[in-house]
Amino acid sequence: MMAATLEPIVGRYVTLQLGGRSHRVYFEEAGQGIPLVCLHTAGADGRQFRHLMVDDEVTSHFRILTFDMPWHGKSLPPQGWEKEEYRLTTAGYTEMIVAFCRALELDRPVVMGCSIGGRIVLSLAIEHASLFRALIGLEAADFQSPWYDTTWLNRPDVHGGEVCAALVSGLIAPQSPEETRHETLWMYKQGGPGVFKGDLYFYRVDGDLRGKVGAIDTNTCPLYLLTGEYDFSCSPDDTSRTAEKIKGAEVTIMREVGHFPMSENPRQFRRYILPVLEKIRTTP
Amino acid sequence: MPEDFDESKLAAAFEQLPRLLADDLNLVRRGAFFDAQFQVGIGAIPFDVVVAAGKIASLERGPFVMRSWRFAVRGTAEAWHKLWQPVPDPGWHDLSALVKRGSTLLEGDLQPLMANLQYVKDLLALPRRLNVEKR
Repeated sequence: MMAATLEPIVGRYVTLQLGGRSHRVYFEEAGQGIPLVCLHTAGADGRQFRHLMVDDEVTSHFRILTFDMPWHGKSLPPQGWEKEEYRLTTAGYTEMIVAFCRALELDRPVVMGCSIGGRIVLSLAIEHASLFRALIGLEAADFQSPWYDTTWLNRPDVHGGEVCAALVSGLIAPQSPEETRHETLWMYKQGGPGVFKGDLYFYRVDGDLRGKVGAIDTNTCPLYLLTGEYDFSCSPDDTSRTAEKIKGAEVTIMREVGHFPMSENPRQFRRYILPVLEKIRTTP
Repeated sequence: MPEDFDESKLAAAFEQLPRLLADDLNLVRRGAFFDAQFQVGIGAIPFDVVVAAGKIASLERGPFVMRSWRFAVRGTAEAWHKLWQPVPDPGWHDLSALVKRGSTLLEGDLQPLMANLQYVKDLLALPRRLNVEKR
């Protein structure tokens, strides 16, 4: 009999108090070394980082942790969710990340977030830089122009999962492999009703950082921004415009990649992220 | 110097849509619940498209007088030319990207479009295969 092939990723649940309410949060981890907390995109879950979490070149130096935000993936909404409309806010998102790091006693972790995760990374750099060893924003900018009406995301005459996936499908680069393209889209098809829309409240309404990113001090916490050339939601121009206001921010434009670098084309993404992680690791 | 995009060649490519769709059984399958009459503008050339159960029931080139439609997708010749390249450039590679940059307009009742968005995107991208075949 052949031995089972077990991945090194391990999943567990932790209870966090967020906004005065108890939340059962699912997280996965792999590797050892410097804690690296990964934040998934709006309307998706931590599986987006599964390829990075089995990359020996990363896990030999980093303890990668990724949690499914409440309402996403295997994390449940809080008790009483049926009586409210889900809306992610800057304050709630920040509290969640800080609470997760404290609960797991992570000492000055690196935080890497994509899309909304990239936006909150900028907010962490403004408000909480001293808590982190380095911050990495994937597809991050202080603001992006909306390119569709979010009311289409949750209404009974349009299938929510299908429309969420169909909208974001265009953010994937044409060069990304079919397998990882459709794996990325599957997570969008699985999202709960109104969850993607609720995340975008943070992105479009509550988390506008225009005029604020100039306060980021990269001497306290280095900031790396990486954006895919095929991302028309957070375009390379959006990221470059943001970085121009932040002294010391390092920008990389990734070729043949879109809005979901870690999940749509993990092989291409590692070409860009490995040098960044190496720099973080070797900088005292 | 601005590039020249030949509308009549682009329209001729679009007229091959029924054959291109018939060759893609998986796309037909995904459109099984899609029935709509809509217009597609290839530059200034309008097309009337009728889809029934995911298949093209009719494709007619305009101009039209008083033709009804549920929604319309009207793109510049440049938009279709660039969308249909074998590997489109960033910002020209997806219908929503074209809408965001203002080179394509969505009009009318968008409910049937949004309820079948991936199908319509894939349908309207089918002429790309003609350029891939040429390579």
